[in-house]
Amino acid sequence: MTLTEVRVPATTTGAAPDLDRGTVTRPPEGLAGPTVARQPRRVARATGAGLIPMLGAAASSVALTALLFGRVTAASGSFGFALTAYVLFLVIDTAIFSLTENGPAIRDRLATTALTSAAVVAFGTLAFVVVYTIARGSSALMHLNFFTQDMAEAGPLSGLDVGGIKHALVGTLWMMGIGLGIAIPLGVTGAVFLSQSRGPFAWLVRTTVDAMTALPDIIAGLFIYATWILTFHFEHSGLAAALALAIMMTPVIVRASDVVLRLVSGSLQEAAAALGAPKWRTVWNVVLPTARSGLTTAVILGAARGVGETAPVLLTAGYTASLNTNPLHGPMVSLPLAAFQFVASPQPVMIARGFACAAFLMLLVVVLFVIGRMIGGRTPGQLTGRGARRARRASRRDVARMIKRAAVRARPVRPTPALDVLNSALVAPHRPESPIGSFATPAAAPGASAPSAPDASAPPAPGIAHGEQDSPRFTGEGAL
Amino acid sequence: MVLALMVAVGLFLTAKAVPALKAAGWSFLTIPDWQPDVHHFGIAAVLTGTVLIALVAVTVSAPVAVGTALFISEVVPPGLRRTLVTLVDLMAAIPSVVYGLWGFFFLQGHVVGLARWISTWFGWIPIFRVLGSDPTNPLATLSVYSSSAFIAGLVVSLMVMPIQCSVMRESFEQAPIGEREAAYALGSTRWGAITTVVLPFGRGGIIGGTMLGLGRALGETVAVYLIISASFTINFHVLEAGTSTVSSLIALRFGDASGFGLAALMAAGLALFTMTLIVNFIAAGIVSRSRSGLVTG
Repeated sequence: MTLTEVRVPATTTGAAPDLDRGTVTRPPEGLAGPTVARQPRRVARATGAGLIPMLGAAASSVALTALLFGRVTAASGSFGFALTAYVLFLVIDTAIFSLTENGPAIRDRLATTALTSAAVVAFGTLAFVVVYTIARGSSALMHLNFFTQDMAEAGPLSGLDVGGIKHALVGTLWMMGIGLGIAIPLGVTGAVFLSQSRGPFAWLVRTTVDAMTALPDIIAGLFIYATWILTFHFEHSGLAAALALAIMMTPVIVRASDVVLRLVSGSLQEAAAALGAPKWRTVWNVVLPTARSGLTTAVILGAARGVGETAPVLLTAGYTASLNTNPLHGPMVSLPLAAFQFVASPQPVMIARGFACAAFLMLLVVVLFVIGRMIGGRTPGQLTGRGARRARRASRRDVARMIKRAAVRARPVRPTPALDVLNSALVAPHRPESPIGSFATPAAAPGASAPSAPDASAPPAPGIAHGEQDSPRFTGEGAL
Repeated sequence: MVLALMVAVGLFLTAKAVPALKAAGWSFLTIPDWQPDVHHFGIAAVLTGTVLIALVAVTVSAPVAVGTALFISEVVPPGLRRTLVTLVDLMAAIPSVVYGLWGFFFLQGHVVGLARWISTWFGWIPIFRVLGSDPTNPLATLSVYSSSAFIAGLVVSLMVMPIQCSVMRESFEQAPIGEREAAYALGSTRWGAITTVVLPFGRGGIIGGTMLGLGRALGETVAVYLIISASFTINFHVLEAGTSTVSSLIALRFGDASGFGLAALMAAGLALFTMTLIVNFIAAGIVSRSRSGLVTG
């Protein structure tokens, strides 16, 4: 209705300047009304006809390289082989292509091939690192005792059926638990501050956080080592490591949460402010719940970063081969540190353990990461399918109630200006006797400002009236 | 709070480093040795190693990052794009110790051949020269080529590539759709549109992203520590075994450091801290001043 009609012109332009912040808000996906295509046009597609010469070029380049390597230059190394073959491939492919095409098309083809191969190198390396680590560690991962024992019993020469990483698992759990316990409140508060305030101080904080995101991990460890352990004379412990990890994780969380909080629609916050909510209340009841999924992602990403940090733990936690469940006393070891220490030994068994440890750590990070992405895949305020259905049901209920009430209190309808309808639609369904409601429409008595029947029977704007009777719920749909 | 924490880190390191800096004076920056117990130490060697490794890393990673970013934002079908973005982010999240293990146990053995080839044919360029190698002797051991700044740099490049890639991709994707369409309307190919619209638009992103990567590379500890063999001479030959970085120096020496030795380590840490801070501030400045505006990382 009115609300959507007001907003649509702003969103069809693709980028509506948000008056409050001076930033640009993007229209959420799935919006009614025409939207501008955001995807770049696809101008080229891989075709079978283009593929065959490419394969031919690849084959001939490999053959030529084999010849060059074996007979001509006597160079060695698989790395060099691949590099030479690749360069030859580019040359041959371009040569074949230039038989039929003109200059710009050849350049386009060459560039596309180069870009694709850059991506292939990047993702191929990623896949290779993952596979290699798991393959080298698989012998140790096969043994169940790897997860249920610590290294106290295992000597440097004992086989894989003795000893494991239980101590590192427990250590990682403690360190991450305490570290996150410190980093989450600090990080989220910092992000709220950044997203709510502006001016030179906020700029300073933002720049500092940016710089701190790239703080060398060893510096964090050194700082805790120098303060906590050397100055305050606490011992090497899991707590010290947790503090160092918190220093590493906080800026990551601030950064990621700040991005999410900025996406919370300004009109939602203004609506809360217009209802008389103080700033903390707006943040607590509107901003944070709206951005909940994004915040979770931020925290998980921070955790994924922290769980893999080795250097700070190396400096602050000490190293132990036995299980230590007390984070306050005695050295503790975490997964990355255990991997690091295992491979320091020349024994193949220990190296296999190191790789297994690294593989498990990687798995942990991947799982954390996937969970984070699954939760945070939506933009703030965008509802899940179930949430949207629930909101629609509530919305229909409200409409039915409004119609019923309007029928009961049927009165001669005066022509309602758009603003009045908007006000009454926003306020009246939630709290008909609210003083704000009467303030918004001073001409009418409380309750009498319910929309007239024709208005209410029109399809309601999503989100305007979907709140529960007593607890108006702010979701992103209200912002549309 | 965060600000306070940052300031605290800076102040504390400075305070702890003061005695060492006082004792060493300006020679702290010029002496390559690290023998704090006899008051003869400096960061000339480790600083050289740090910068060299970071430069190798960025030289290798920046082209790959630009290519991958362009691939993701321009070439790949939209359906696949999100997956690839997630993969890049995942790559950034993989612990450095994993990369370090991979580099030490796998990459090193396979890359020394390339290192020998470079030093044989490009040895006339000073930084590629390898002392103590004899390219004419086919039976010469390859060990002079292992544990070098080159290999460490390669591994670090893997670690900094994702962050560079994501900064660049975000700036590329903000290239105005109208200008792209205009380029296509004028009959340009995709590569033409990239060179005339996307790259100029994302220039700030490229430079800033590269520098952010440089900042990361300067501070990398564990992977470098695993690969290099520490030596305290100023070594400009990137392919030659033996180099050292500030962070691996700290990791190596903090355990047995006495009070004064620790102060010296703090001073080294302070130098590293300052260096990364400057690089990052410059990078952040470039990124936010560029036309593509603020990036999110």
